[in-house]
Amino acid sequence: MSTNHDAHAGGHAASAGHHAHHEESFWRKYVFSIDHKVIGIQYGFTSLVFLFFGFSLMMLMRWQLAYPGEALPVIGSWFSSESMPDGVMLPEFYNQLGAMHGTIMVFLGIVPLAVGAFGNYIMPLQIGAPDMAFPKLNMMSYWIYFCGGVTMLSSFFVPGGAANSGWTSYPPLSDIATTGQTVWLFGMVLLITSSLLGSVNFIVTILQLRTKGLTFMRLPFFVWSQFVTAFLLLLAFPPLEAAGVLQLMDRLAGTSFFLPSGLVVSGQPLVNTGGGSPLLWQHLFWFLAHPEVYVLILPAMGIIAEIIANNTRKPLWGYKSIVYAAIFLGFMSFVVWAHHMFLTGMGTAISSFFQTTTMIISIPSIIILSALFLSLHGGSIRFNTPMLFALAFLPMFGIGGLTGLPLGLAASDIPLHDTYYVIGHFHYVVAPGTIFAMFAGIYYWFPKLTGRKMNETLGKIHFWGSFVCMNFIFFPMLIQGLAGVSRRLYDGGAQYAHAQGVLHLNAVMSMAAWTMAIFQFFFIVNLFLSMKKGEKVDSNPWQATTLDWAATPTPPLPHANFAQIPEVYRGPYEYSVPGHKKDYTPQNQLSEG
Amino acid sequence: MEIPYTITPRPDTGLFNAKAGIWLFLASEVMLFGALFTSYILLRIGADHWPHHELDVPLATLNTAVLITSSITMVMSWASLMEKNFKKYRVYMGLTFLLGVCFLIIKGFEYTHHFSTGETPNKSTFLAIYFTLTGLHGLHVIGGMIVNGYFWGPGSKMWKTQPERFTNRIEVAGLYWHFVDLVWIFLFPVLYLL
Repeated sequence: MSTNHDAHAGGHAASAGHHAHHEESFWRKYVFSIDHKVIGIQYGFTSLVFLFFGFSLMMLMRWQLAYPGEALPVIGSWFSSESMPDGVMLPEFYNQLGAMHGTIMVFLGIVPLAVGAFGNYIMPLQIGAPDMAFPKLNMMSYWIYFCGGVTMLSSFFVPGGAANSGWTSYPPLSDIATTGQTVWLFGMVLLITSSLLGSVNFIVTILQLRTKGLTFMRLPFFVWSQFVTAFLLLLAFPPLEAAGVLQLMDRLAGTSFFLPSGLVVSGQPLVNTGGGSPLLWQHLFWFLAHPEVYVLILPAMGIIAEIIANNTRKPLWGYKSIVYAAIFLGFMSFVVWAHHMFLTGMGTAISSFFQTTTMIISIPSIIILSALFLSLHGGSIRFNTPMLFALAFLPMFGIGGLTGLPLGLAASDIPLHDTYYVIGHFHYVVAPGTIFAMFAGIYYWFPKLTGRKMNETLGKIHFWGSFVCMNFIFFPMLIQGLAGVSRRLYDGGAQYAHAQGVLHLNAVMSMAAWTMAIFQFFFIVNLFLSMKKGEKVDSNPWQATTLDWAATPTPPLPHANFAQIPEVYRGPYEYSVPGHKKDYTPQNQLSEG
Repeated sequence: MEIPYTITPRPDTGLFNAKAGIWLFLASEVMLFGALFTSYILLRIGADHWPHHELDVPLATLNTAVLITSSITMVMSWASLMEKNFKKYRVYMGLTFLLGVCFLIIKGFEYTHHFSTGETPNKSTFLAIYFTLTGLHGLHVIGGMIVNGYFWGPGSKMWKTQPERFTNRIEVAGLYWHFVDLVWIFLFPVLYLL
């Protein structure tokens, strides 16, 4: 590697090589690394572990939902009598699992994977930068995130268990909940700090470190998606931090920011000054949490755009429309939050405003999705594993998005609010939507990290298994929700007369969830097996055009990425340009060849 | 490989990296305090009774003067570095730090007075938001003082090796310090006068 590198390097790059080959200690190289690629991998592994953990919590809940009150064989005996006496899940424990599933999947799983891992590893490569703008800050972001994760997990072991007021932590319930809620808040403050540092770093990197010739309209869409996402994280998270501080004050200093006057808990009047507003929390929370939905989906769209352009061997259809739509989406996501609150009685005027903005924000999402669909038209598509996941993303996100429209209109939201319909809608967006995009990205960029491809057969088994199971988990939720089954029932609706007709679906969904876990093992085995045994490939195995594939050797040089910083001469997706000899022209290639 | 634009500004953005970073960070701080001020407004509108003129206005006026002065000395310390006058920088940065201490002492008097008369955060929503806002602002002051203290003491070694980069750092620290000052300029009328 070093000879290859020295042979290509000019005078400037030689000094870079000198830096890069400085013998670093084990701790500096693998643990407290300031190289964006190592940090990206750290984020990736940690978040995948959290994703699997969050999924496991759900698998436990699915037992209780499918077979309420029955003892869980074998696994049930591993738990203490405070959570599952004789293997039967207690309602309190069910609530903890529910709240922590949401929190872990969103804040510890998907966001760190989509932004922390993919953004960190790929974005600097795609803009031709040697590293992030603030490498030490980057390291700090990761370790604060890690501490936040450990804090969240530790909350299972405090008296009363983990947070159990749902992932939204609505007061007054959360104000008077057990200690786990305080730990949750501390964990959230750490996670918010981490994403704040990260987002500053991302924006500065994209603004400042773009290489020569890489103008904004030549940026790969993935970089654009990270750019908009970083702004959302930067500006939407602080209000939740404010809300977290206020709730901590309520819980620790005895204030009543979120506690109304005259509150009675279990027949006892609550001793507090009152005068607070539970609605205030909901406003502050959703001011974050709606942009957060776009934080979950935008990087996914970025990954999908890269993979579709590459595997259709065509430029993206309507690149500029997609970019402008993403920017517009970012702006609009700040003015739609109260469509989560139609049932709070905030008045028809405010409801009208928010349902109008909500209908408007669906337009840019549809533009992006349509453009991606149209990109397929007339392409000779390569059906490899990343592309299969990318192709599945389109209709799955489509279902997720379209089922959201009735929730954005007050009249139809009222019967659907807090039912399984909402769960079905949201999960269609993030599970077969975002998580499929994450898988697509892992299969796609794995050769960049390791110099080897992941196994196609295992990948296809993983894809088809997950694809079928996902739909068997989430489609029945839409049906249950339309029948009016509430999302927070401990017994899955067994006691409710109106739920009887759709009760049998609970077992179907649970079976599908557990089957899906089996298919994930194909992915895990594939991931580790391919690191050692995968097919060896060169530095640009997909014949892609963007700069990440121009970085040689594999993996790219530590602390430098490029032996010589590349210059960009053309747009990001010059595939199959008429008259060119090859069907792709890399961005850093001066003349066609 | 060196990361570009740590010292000199990038021509098309006109910013060096840290300056772009601090402006973005301040944008997020605006959102943090903005959310708290909004909460203040909502809580006040929803309240049956809101206490007036219960805080010590003269003391807070004095504190306002202290913070504004510290912002001036902060600018002077940066200007001294631009004039390549390191000794003058040390004096002004030291003054900035001491004025920060001064602010905290005065605030401490106010807090002790409240606590000794039993005015704790759990007594009323007004006191709750008062302590939350001023407490969070106080933490920001302490954070700024740690940074300023570091650049006055151990961090100032960089002046010998990379004077331009050090000057940039003081400019960035200054932007943060002015922001902390600005938050107080909003807090003072909102909590003490209105």
